[in-house]
Amino acid sequence: MAEKTRKQEFFKGLWGENPITRQLLGLCSVLAVSNAVINGLAMGLAVTFVLIFSSLIVSLIRKIVPNQVRIASFIVIIATFVTIADRTLAAYFPHLSKAMGPYVPLIVVNCIILGRAEAFASKNKVSRSVIDALGMSGGYFLTILLMGLIRELLGNRTILGYPILGKWFSPWVVMLLPPGAFIMLGLIIAISNVIDFKIKERQKRV
Amino acid sequence: MKDDLKDKAKSRELSLIIESSPHIRDKDTTPKIMYRVIISLMPAVATSFYFFRWRAILLILISTASAMITEVLCLMARRRTLKTVLDGSAAITGLLLALTLPPSLPPAMAAIGASVAISLGKQVYGGLGHNIFNPALVGRAFLQAAFPVAMTTWIPPVTLKVDVATYATPLGNLKFQNAIALGTLTPLKDLFWGNVGGCIGETSAAALLIGAIYLILKKTIDWRIPAGIILSLSAFTTVFWLINPDRYAPPLFHLFAGGLIIGAFFMATDMVTSPITRAGIWLYACGIGLIIGVIRLFGGLPEGVMYSILLMNTFVPLFNHYLRPRILGERRPKK
Repeated sequence: MAEKTRKQEFFKGLWGENPITRQLLGLCSVLAVSNAVINGLAMGLAVTFVLIFSSLIVSLIRKIVPNQVRIASFIVIIATFVTIADRTLAAYFPHLSKAMGPYVPLIVVNCIILGRAEAFASKNKVSRSVIDALGMSGGYFLTILLMGLIRELLGNRTILGYPILGKWFSPWVVMLLPPGAFIMLGLIIAISNVIDFKIKERQKRV
Repeated sequence: MKDDLKDKAKSRELSLIIESSPHIRDKDTTPKIMYRVIISLMPAVATSFYFFRWRAILLILISTASAMITEVLCLMARRRTLKTVLDGSAAITGLLLALTLPPSLPPAMAAIGASVAISLGKQVYGGLGHNIFNPALVGRAFLQAAFPVAMTTWIPPVTLKVDVATYATPLGNLKFQNAIALGTLTPLKDLFWGNVGGCIGETSAAALLIGAIYLILKKTIDWRIPAGIILSLSAFTTVFWLINPDRYAPPLFHLFAGGLIIGAFFMATDMVTSPITRAGIWLYACGIGLIIGVIRLFGGLPEGVMYSILLMNTFVPLFNHYLRPRILGERRPKK
């Protein structure tokens, strides 16, 4: 397989290998905290922060860590950044931190981050690993944001707390509940599959 | 050329037609079955007009129209022939959904429910015959989760001539207002004819049973499914009623109250989402009856027909797989 350009390395995370819609990783946080835009934003930022810095460090130390203890050391690195993110959030935005419940600490076991550390950062140069982490976290961020937008709009008539839809629209409470999350995620994955299928068909024809 | 024709003529003389089974075909087609079900629901539609007037008719029309429009849109998006819209299956989904809605529901919500029923309940799986869950009940479950207040607000039928804005259903009355102790349990006569609060099409057991008997006589629905549901629910409620009649309602009350009749005869019997084999059918039906009993007697909701049918729908592929009849002469490998 030919080496990807840096641009391709970044964009694969946004679309072709999007962690949510293609790899179906880290879904529990996407399902649980996407009931409002603000929660999605905070979660997306936290994951972005942890993913970029853990990829950076994992890639830096990739040659000195013995193979047998690599997973354990990845976890320690990831946990360090998760603790930083979690405590910062709790100190500056206590309400938000409470609303997100255990999902920020749970980033430690988020498959996207360990997956990127194991599959990419531990085998690639630092600059490439950071670009990969940027792309992957971008894909996660955009998907959880989209979920948050749709669910808050339909479930609460608002976006970021500002009323968008008028009184004529009776909010769909189900969108704020777990079933709404599953329905939305299913639809988003289905639609992105359809688009991908169309793109590939067009490429074949050319 | 000539030889060719000769060969053909020869083979026609000795022609043996070889084709795979089925060899005996029924004359029933999908549209025929669907329109028969729609006809069988007409008494229920008529009683819904009698009890709830134009409100009921408006909900039925809007829900049916929305179901058919959604079907057209989904078929267009999937690039399928639009002919199947007229097979009546979408119309039935819309009609059945409307019959299970409270009469005071805003029509826009009914339209959303019917649209979800067709799109998320049927077309995402690949259309008629591929869905796991009864589409009408998927629509209703979605509405129940989306608009919990509107879906549990009831008005009295116009025939009661009571001047109140809201009115409890017989099952709500039983669960939340201590009806047995107060002696206000709805009389069986009212339950049977339908002079009670409730969903627009479920109140009159009599009207539904007329349609159901017609369908059973035409063999469109399998009598074993309603029989299993009724037997298991009766057995379950009889036991508790005998133990403590001051706390639990009699079994006949449970049979005629709420959505049991419409659920047992029209929803659970959906050909697509019910098991194929006899053993599977009995298990499926008894499961539904038992879950209804558990929800009604011990659950947080007054009524459980919808959730119990949806729950047992999930088991149907499992029943079909494990309860296959043995082919003549087939030996199962010994374990």
